Amino acid sequence: MSEVSMLGAINMAMARALEDDPRVVLLGEDIGVNGGVFRATDGLQDRFGEDRVMDTPLAETVLAGMSVGLAAQGFRPVTEFQFMGFIYPGLDQVINHVGRLRNRTRGRLSCPLVFRAPTGAGIHAPEHHSESTEALFAHIPGIRVVIPSSPSRAYGLLLSAIHDPDPVMFFEPTRLYRASKEEVEDSGEGLPLDVCFTLREGSDVTIVTWGACVKETLSAATQLAGEGISAEVIDLATISPIDFDSILASVEKTGRLVIVHEAPRNCGVGAEIAARVAERGLLFLQAPVERVTAPDAVVPLLRLEKTYMPGEKQIVDAARRVVRYA
Amino acid sequence: MGAIPLNKRLVPPTGEDRIAAEFQIPYRQYLDASASLVAEPPEFARNPGIMISLYRAMTLSRIFDAKAIALQRTGQLGTYPSSAGQEAIGVGYASAMQAVDAMTTTYREQPAQLWRGVTLVELLRFWGGDERGSDFSVPREDFPVAVPIASQAPHAVGIATAFKLRREPRVAVCALGDGASSKGDFYESINLAGVWQLPVVFIVINNGWAISLPREKQTATETLAQKAIAGGIPGIQIDGNDIIAAHQVCSEAITRARSGGGATVVEAVTYRMGDHTTADDASRYRREELVSAAWKLDPLARLRNYLANRQWWSKTDEEQLIAECREKVEAAVAEYMKLPPPSPADMFDYLFETLPPALQWQRKQFTGG
Ligand SMILES: Cc1ncc(C[n+]2csc(CCOP(=O)(O)OP(=O)(O)O)c2C)c(N)n1
Ligand SMILES: [Mg+2]
Repeated sequence: MSEVSMLGAINMAMARALEDDPRVVLLGEDIGVNGGVFRATDGLQDRFGEDRVMDTPLAETVLAGMSVGLAAQGFRPVTEFQFMGFIYPGLDQVINHVGRLRNRTRGRLSCPLVFRAPTGAGIHAPEHHSESTEALFAHIPGIRVVIPSSPSRAYGLLLSAIHDPDPVMFFEPTRLYRASKEEVEDSGEGLPLDVCFTLREGSDVTIVTWGACVKETLSAATQLAGEGISAEVIDLATISPIDFDSILASVEKTGRLVIVHEAPRNCGVGAEIAARVAERGLLFLQAPVERVTAPDAVVPLLRLEKTYMPGEKQIVDAARRVVRYA
Repeated sequence: MGAIPLNKRLVPPTGEDRIAAEFQIPYRQYLDASASLVAEPPEFARNPGIMISLYRAMTLSRIFDAKAIALQRTGQLGTYPSSAGQEAIGVGYASAMQAVDAMTTTYREQPAQLWRGVTLVELLRFWGGDERGSDFSVPREDFPVAVPIASQAPHAVGIATAFKLRREPRVAVCALGDGASSKGDFYESINLAGVWQLPVVFIVINNGWAISLPREKQTATETLAQKAIAGGIPGIQIDGNDIIAAHQVCSEAITRARSGGGATVVEAVTYRMGDHTTADDASRYRREELVSAAWKLDPLARLRNYLANRQWWSKTDEEQLIAECREKVEAAVAEYMKLPPPSPADMFDYLFETLPPALQWQRKQFTGG
């Protein structure tokens, strides 16, 4: 066992998948000798060769579309898009083909691929490098959307995504890439998709979040505990489809819900969670649902990104408000 | 045959300039509109068995097409895109493929799909609004038709990459339209096919129209074939209504791809005889004279005349073939009509290999149980 960052864990998961499954191939821009712009594929071309780790020309439409062709042919492409802000030319393929191929051929062809893209703000990157548009993808039927929040969950969820017989969008919070290290065993074992992870048990308020915001949410929970507020923290992990039963069970217990996400508020995944609680758990609630999100504004350049992203203070404030709601 | 020089719009070289690169786009035709041979034809064109089998396939497709339009008009089929007039290129490239090859295609390639083994019933099912029509019983690895224009070009690149990685002597063939040749998907695909030297052939079906936009308003290039040059692969233009050129040039390109020689763009010049689809009225943008002039280039009549001129085909043969095709089509229609509708559960049961637990309640809601 070794201490690795989230990047290290992602690299380890891909190496494991390449090692264990000859159908796995990696595709992307600058992922070979250069090891990817974040170094997620560092050393993999050296180790597995140019037929397994392929540098493609700079062309996201064909990158997405050729992955569909490879997947339909029985390969397991793991395709890197350099940033979420540059995956959009491939969105046509995701919506029109990736999520539909199995359905429209009644199971004759399928699309077992993983699209990886770094997501989120907070690393002082240039314009278009700080997107959190997971809700766009969550709206698309036939695909899964997964966002890890720690090295071990990144390892386990990515392995499961690669093994899965259906397409997975795997968005990696750049802010967490090198934020912390953790012991991760290269066991080859995946973590379950389609379920959320309760990271901290509590009885007064449920806080649902995912990705980079898990970090601030856990610190907020520690602070709240000092004030005598017991927060249950749920990492959604699979953004689509949502493991709503687990959220509902938690809300039944705590009677209060705060949702935290870095993406803009309007039609964010938080809206879906709140709507479902309204449908099935309204009477569990002892206070209105609160959302702590980025504003419905363009992601600012680095001078303002801290203001834009939900912080620990806003999470603590929201939790206090719902707990003290008369 | 002749070559169209690509020098019309080049920067005129000054005295100091040398020529960095030069390109030519060949044009291939064997059989002209009057069914006369204008060039020494390849061997297969002298084989009545082969030529008649191509003619039979083209005829079946034409008769199916007319029936499909009639079914749509009477509410028994959804919106349908006619392939009338494009049978030579469709049958031409499909017959140049091997069964182990794979095809990605647009919605107007029924002639090729039928040759590949897609059944009449499957075509009717698909255009009748039933996904089971894309669960082809024969060409299991061929893609279902792609409606988002040119989005199937990257799929062919991926399939070709799979063949190349597995070192299999197989070829991916992608059919797309003149309109599609304007899209980034196409350019990105020929670019990758070039740089990776992939076993893929792009057949650009230039039928003169992209809904209401005529070819001359689609692009300023003299040919669509020359777009290949941008991807570093060869491009060739052919008379797409000449079955001999269609089969021969596609065979050459597919053979080259199979033997490691890389990709090709084949531009087949043909004509969309019908409306864009049954939902379209081409008289809004296209003069009738253009269509009647195009009928003089009809690939079916051309091949029939070629066969008849050689005494390989009689009036009786023709009558028999038409009766036979009608019978096949009617039998397929009867089977299509008899098929029970798809189950609402199918919307969920093919979404994922195993429906995620989080979606089970929706399946229940929509299937009433
Ligand atoms: C990306 C995209 N844009 C627009 C359309 C609507 N549309 C359907 S067919 C068509 C014209 C396509 O022309 P061409 O590629 O020449 O093929 P043809 O219909 O002539 O066979 C258009 C614009 C579409 N299906 N996909
Ligand atoms: Mg066209």
